Amino acid sequence: MNAVANPIEKRNERYGKYVDSVTPKTGTAKSLWNSFWIGGITCCIAQGVGDIYALIFPNFSEDMIVNITSMTIITIAILFTGLGFYDVIARKGGAGCFLPITGFANAISSASMEFKSEGLILGTSVKMFSVVGPVVVNGIVWSTVAGILNLLILGRF
Amino acid sequence: MSILNGIFTYAKVFAVGGLMCALAQLLIIKTKLTPARILVIFLLAGVALEGFGIYKPINEFAQAGISVPIIGFGASLARGSIELARQVGFIGAFAGGLVRTAFGVGVAVVASYAVTLIFSPRSK
Repeated sequence: MNAVANPIEKRNERYGKYVDSVTPKTGTAKSLWNSFWIGGITCCIAQGVGDIYALIFPNFSEDMIVNITSMTIITIAILFTGLGFYDVIARKGGAGCFLPITGFANAISSASMEFKSEGLILGTSVKMFSVVGPVVVNGIVWSTVAGILNLLILGRF
Repeated sequence: MSILNGIFTYAKVFAVGGLMCALAQLLIIKTKLTPARILVIFLLAGVALEGFGIYKPINEFAQAGISVPIIGFGASLARGSIELARQVGFIGAFAGGLVRTAFGVGVAVVASYAVTLIFSPRSK
């Protein structure tokens, strides 16, 4: 068993070193700074859109303002993905581009566009959630758990 | 005075939102986790924050800085699930999260489909 495992481990180690030597070195500090300011600006834009909506529709509830704000920035992000702008920003922004909700939208639309060539049903429709699937599934499962636990623990008082 | 307040709000949004993204970037660099795993970790953090009732005060402080990163999506799911469970009993827990986040997810799916029909993927 060991005789088989060792060469494989050695090969993996060599491969790891090779990958390290080939991956482009963008300095840690620089990529952190890029994701910081790009993520920060994304959040500020969303805040601005929300503030503008609050001014235009003063009688909307706070929840509704949040909803139309996220719908707006999601639509903008998907439009940017379609036009090819989002990739350009994402290459620089790293986590600053995929952690905000715009990144979620970008992941859905880029997966759906990428598999267009396999057809609208078997390509686009099947693969649309291939990237964000884990997020949606885990979100539904654990939020349901949170809801049930909350009802069981706090609902009695 | 209100202008100063506004600037302060945006500074908070920028700082908190940026810090979240920088933290995610640091996780990618240090642990080599894939972005999908990072997203799930932050989402679960959001669900947990909302579940323990810590999310609301953070949201009042940081506003879009915390609600725009995926943490806000998780918190929104949990909030919806908890609220509907309180209203209609335990079956509400299954629907509440989806109902509350359906605006964003719905428009994301429809807009993605429309964009796919209109544009062709370009080579990278």
